[in-house]
Amino acid sequence: METVLFHLMPYADLDLKAGRDHGTVWVNLPNSNFDPVKGHELYNRYLDELEYGEELGFDAIAVNEHHQTAYGLMPSPIVTASALARRTQRVKIAILGSALPLRDHPLMVAEEHAMIDVISGGRLISGFVRGIGAEYHTFGVNPTFSHDRFHEAHDLIVRGWTEPGPFAFQGRHYNVQYVNVWPRPFQKPHPPIWIPSQGSKETIDWAAHPDRRYTYLQTFSPANVVQRYLDMYRDTCKGFGYEAQDRQLGWAVPVYVAATDEAARREAKPHFEAFRNVFLKMPVEMLLPPGYTSRESLKNVMKAKAAIFGDITLEKSIELGLIVCGSPETARRVLEDHWKHMRFGNLLVLCQFGTLPADLTRRNMELFAREVMPAVKQLASKAVPA
Amino acid sequence: MAFSQRFIDIDGCRLCLRRGGSGAPLLYLHGASGVPAVMPFMEKLAARFDVLVPEHPGFGLSDEPAWLENIHDLAYFYLDLLRALDLKDVRVVGSSLGGWLALEMAVRDTSRMKSLVLVGPAGISVPGIQPGDIFLWSPEQVVRNLFFDQKLAEQRLAEPVTPELLDMTLKNRHTVARLGWEPRLHDPHLPKWLHRIDVPVKIVWGEEDKILPVAYAREFGKLMPKAQVEIVPRCGHLPQAEKPDLFCDIVFRFAGAKG
Repeated sequence: METVLFHLMPYADLDLKAGRDHGTVWVNLPNSNFDPVKGHELYNRYLDELEYGEELGFDAIAVNEHHQTAYGLMPSPIVTASALARRTQRVKIAILGSALPLRDHPLMVAEEHAMIDVISGGRLISGFVRGIGAEYHTFGVNPTFSHDRFHEAHDLIVRGWTEPGPFAFQGRHYNVQYVNVWPRPFQKPHPPIWIPSQGSKETIDWAAHPDRRYTYLQTFSPANVVQRYLDMYRDTCKGFGYEAQDRQLGWAVPVYVAATDEAARREAKPHFEAFRNVFLKMPVEMLLPPGYTSRESLKNVMKAKAAIFGDITLEKSIELGLIVCGSPETARRVLEDHWKHMRFGNLLVLCQFGTLPADLTRRNMELFAREVMPAVKQLASKAVPA
Repeated sequence: MAFSQRFIDIDGCRLCLRRGGSGAPLLYLHGASGVPAVMPFMEKLAARFDVLVPEHPGFGLSDEPAWLENIHDLAYFYLDLLRALDLKDVRVVGSSLGGWLALEMAVRDTSRMKSLVLVGPAGISVPGIQPGDIFLWSPEQVVRNLFFDQKLAEQRLAEPVTPELLDMTLKNRHTVARLGWEPRLHDPHLPKWLHRIDVPVKIVWGEEDKILPVAYAREFGKLMPKAQVEIVPRCGHLPQAEKPDLFCDIVFRFAGAKG
């Protein structure tokens, strides 16, 4: 099992009441709520935390992309991944991912990712996403073309990385006379590609295709939902006539470890609830603009509206598997249990979430790395056929 | 006045067409909410016109053709429809998105048109004015912002939402986004060609329109100096629904009944 330290870099100094009163911290929460001086401290603290991940023995450290939100301060994961590339030596760096349809030109993504791969000597894991629904409101990109643009941008990027340039690319959304990416990526044929998703059949069908076999990451969902989608991925692979390897599956989940279950719950509670009930919150119209998902998926979300959009306590979240929280022993047991059912080959842990402060984050990372990670890694290694 | 409902095939698209009344042909082009049923103002118009009320491709009971990617596709489709049905001297009445559609048709070809009545049409942008964000508003906010008279909004909100109606609403919404998400409900190239419209144009606007504020009417007045602009006081985005008698009088006076 590969363990990945994932960071969202939230604006932890947010006035939570302002976020709550506004109803969402996405799209239109006034940016007067952001203090650049506090932002300066947070960015440097968060980058330190990710760099510390290498020392603690994580296989990879991961950043992502979100726009115009207090949920995460990384409109460009290129910036954070670049900073990390120069400050680390061995650890892989995952961009989970770049939001392709939001970019005017996918060749920029091909170039930037290739640069990081070359600078880091082949340590980049490339992730591609469509961006969440809110970001289609933010950028004005038409959500009904989101899938088309994503697929076409992906094709352009991978061809740019792998085919000798220059060549011409003719698409519906992108037309390039001379595709000729300098630098070419360090890894051959190209950096591994991971596909983070909140769960979508369309995405699974595409990622699992034998031409791609991309690692599918299910992010921030109740454990039973994670299992459903990971099973769907495996079944889809079978439908394509091959068996999915564990490394094609990943689960991204917040984790909090403390000396005892009681202490872990007490310490994590306000910070996780801020993450879940303030930072993640948005109205359904913002989350799922027309065309972003199929209308069937949209109807399912609308049916489950109360469960998805209502507040959830830490205790309930633990029960649902929205967070792994407890003593090292509990965390080991819970992760092992989930692994037995889901057999994911990548575990992405979010050791900082919501308003979790620096001291608790650091202790959480250390306890997880020392007391939980070795068991998790070993557990998985048993499953890999010799 | 009874309306018939049938399906016709044009450009590979099965289209739901309601038709009623007799007289000169009047083509009603609906807005973003579609036309799930015949409305009172249509009945009134049918007393003097042969009223055609299609559901646009991508709306209601009509197909969602793969070729439908922008408003221009829809404009060419309807020009094909006028030819396929051999309609002449057509009074085109378009509301909101349908008004934009009427303009896109008319800058291309007015040979089968007699006149245009545009009701709170989209299609242009006005510097400094943003249209209401129909995609970010909740369904309730959308309905409330459609009407000046909140009693009408309450009535609309009290109507039961059947699964069929929900499906249709989501389908309509999808198509509206397809055509008008970005640039938001307008075509930046349209104003360059509005001078090509050589039939009489009437623009009707609810003074209290919260979707496309009345500033749009003034901008249209500047862009189309020969068009008549009529502002309806104490009225929202849909004068035809909110003030049907007044609206139909405007149409009768402007578009006449004789071919």
